[in-house]
Amino acid sequence: MAIMVDQSTRVLVQGITGREGRARARLMREYGTNVVAGCTPGRGGEVVDGTPVYDTVAEAVEAHGPFDASVIYVPAPLVKDAALESIAAGVGLTVLVGDRVPVWDVMEIARAAQRRGVQFLGPNTLGVLSVGRGVLGMIGGRAASAREWFRPGPVGVVSRSGGMTASTGYYLCRAGIGLTTLVHVGGDSIVGMPLPEVVQRFQEDPETSLIAMFGEIGGSQEERVADMLASGQVTKPVVAYIGGRAATSGVRFSHAGAIVEGGRGTHEGKVAALRRAGATVVDTFDELPAAVGAVLGGVHG
Amino acid sequence: MARLLEHQGKTLLAAAGLAVPAGQVVKTAAAAAEVARQLARPVVVKAQAQTTGRASQGLIRFADTPQAAEAAAAAILGLDVGKFPVTEVLVEERLAVAGEHYAGIILDDRRRCPLLLVSSRGGTGIEEIARSEPQAVAELPLDPVEGLAEHQARELWRRVGVHGHEQRLLAEAVVRLWRVARQVEARAAEVNPLVLTADSRVVALDCRITVDDAAVFRHPELGIEVARELGHPPTPLERIAWEVERDDFRGTFYFLQMREGFQRGEGVVAFHGAGGGGSMMAMDALQRQGFAVANFCDTSGNPPASKVYRAARILLSQPGVDAYFGSGSGVASQEQFHSARGLVKAFLEEPLAVPCVVRLGGNGEEKAIEILTSFTRTLGVPVECYGKDTPVERCAQRLRELLTAFQPPPPRPPVRQRRPAARPYTFTTLTGEVTYDHEICARCESKVCVRACVPQILSLDPSGVPVLAITREEAARGRCSECLACEVDCAALGAGGGYVALPIPGLDAYRRGRGME
Repeated sequence: MAIMVDQSTRVLVQGITGREGRARARLMREYGTNVVAGCTPGRGGEVVDGTPVYDTVAEAVEAHGPFDASVIYVPAPLVKDAALESIAAGVGLTVLVGDRVPVWDVMEIARAAQRRGVQFLGPNTLGVLSVGRGVLGMIGGRAASAREWFRPGPVGVVSRSGGMTASTGYYLCRAGIGLTTLVHVGGDSIVGMPLPEVVQRFQEDPETSLIAMFGEIGGSQEERVADMLASGQVTKPVVAYIGGRAATSGVRFSHAGAIVEGGRGTHEGKVAALRRAGATVVDTFDELPAAVGAVLGGVHG
Repeated sequence: MARLLEHQGKTLLAAAGLAVPAGQVVKTAAAAAEVARQLARPVVVKAQAQTTGRASQGLIRFADTPQAAEAAAAAILGLDVGKFPVTEVLVEERLAVAGEHYAGIILDDRRRCPLLLVSSRGGTGIEEIARSEPQAVAELPLDPVEGLAEHQARELWRRVGVHGHEQRLLAEAVVRLWRVARQVEARAAEVNPLVLTADSRVVALDCRITVDDAAVFRHPELGIEVARELGHPPTPLERIAWEVERDDFRGTFYFLQMREGFQRGEGVVAFHGAGGGGSMMAMDALQRQGFAVANFCDTSGNPPASKVYRAARILLSQPGVDAYFGSGSGVASQEQFHSARGLVKAFLEEPLAVPCVVRLGGNGEEKAIEILTSFTRTLGVPVECYGKDTPVERCAQRLRELLTAFQPPPPRPPVRQRRPAARPYTFTTLTGEVTYDHEICARCESKVCVRACVPQILSLDPSGVPVLAITREEAARGRCSECLACEVDCAALGAGGGYVALPIPGLDAYRRGRGME
């Protein structure tokens, strides 16, 4: 099973003729992802590493049938139009890799996705990787690295930090704990699939038996996960680390999107809410693998 | 910074038809007196600064006469907010207030839409009001495209107990506030208090608008110099850094100065992170080793080597740092050798004169470690590089050990300096210019540039010197990814004929002003 992507996912790459799009499409394919077509306005008819390119998403759908996912590699000012195009074509999951996408554009994208009944991941996301099955975005980078770093197993990883998504996965696997899917929800304050949404997917995934979560200060995503645990909506164990303990109130640390506003979204508040709801929260990141191992032992024992 | 000052926000509100008190922003006490004279009534003098709770800090003062206004302005203009002096005051008419309210447009991360928040109480913080009098606060999620209709606004005010003519006036006011928030792409646009005057007008007495950093490029009319939430007015070096980032959408470069005016020996470190989450953990690790951090810096999202180079040059333009420390998440999906080459070029040009530890874990880390350590051996200062299996805590500890044992080398010129090419072959890139001195290249046996070029856009011409295998236009449009291999690898393994000029506008002048070459 795993969530959001596997070998059967039919993938479109928007912006496939650019520096990032070209390189990432190749890496996705090398990991086993079914990249079917690409799209770049004005470049229809070209072929990039064997992948046909279309001017519009609708044209790609006419030629190849519906897509399950589209990964967008275009500069931030152009992301809105590309995303609205993917959503209008009914693509099930649109992945917005770009950083610095204006937040009002994101809200428009969210509105369109909700009306069309489709999902989007990001913006500012490293993407999603299901171990041994497929990747949308750039988690793991080279296919060989991704195969070496991430091994199959029972843990789902979800993170608000891109780099820490791969790190969490790698250090768990090095400790002998395998994974189902790794998801980076995106570093911005408003994202398509925040932590609670991904945690819900893991809850419904029969292969996932524990959720490892890397949270951060700012916003309300971690508190909402705590609510889901408290209400019994999520019954699988959650082991979490919350970053940003030392960050000063009011300072926003780059694209981590970590904002502490007033009393909301503080480090202490998130840790307390999660612990009250029954989650295991470690104080330092290095303790995470051992804590996951201990909880897993309990689950399986 | 994307937070507008009060007077900037009020100008926007006034243009949208939401009344603000009559007044003017001035820079001197004499000018404040003149404004008070023209208004010919009691005034309030307000510091224009990024801070909250101005009244309790003496940053807002009342004056009944022009002389009193002059004295109030002189007192405020002598004060500091944080480390920064107040340079502007807003002098406004003092109104007779009949009632105070609150109105704000903020963004709701849960519902992914703008939220209109109103309260029949104003003056104090909205969160406090929401706690003490929840029935006085109402909220309405808004459609980001369709916006706010006046009838919705009237209903919202009714829910907090506002009726009659006042309800209509306040509804009009928040519709105008919505227009401003939408127009400038605000993350927050708040008016507190929004008052009803004794003569039954609705006026915005204060205003706090924060514009989305990522949208600043679409709003040149706002005159925002640095689209970053820094928490202070941008420093000269932050302005230089922002110029590097502004139009280059390849990866992200974020730079924030946390300390200035420190000296060698105080244990202040230039910090170069990659990714927000990993960077915060790395700064925590430095703190645990007793270091102070000069700056926050993040180059991530797969930036080209050229961007990492510029970041490193800017970091090293902070006089007084004792060491250079770099670390990201430790298991980066991006190829780490890009960062390594950017750092090598910066370190050799500087030349780096303090100990350095960099953790470049992730894809291509073996190559990155090799490039960073072996190509910097000529520097005579320790440069150590680690991968994903060395925890950040250990790297910070290693920096402490290196600094403890460190003997500063005598001052020396840059290891790598540009000499005029005898037989130049030149092409431009997105943000710079590449030159090969074909006289040197003809003598080179390695031809490492052609092999090491990441986008593989070079070939050897019949005489055996490197030239573009693509058109100059293609190179200039971005096919040359500025990987810097044809300079960095050439300097170490070839004959040294390659050079990539990557200008950083304003940096040389900045350094000269601080006694740095």
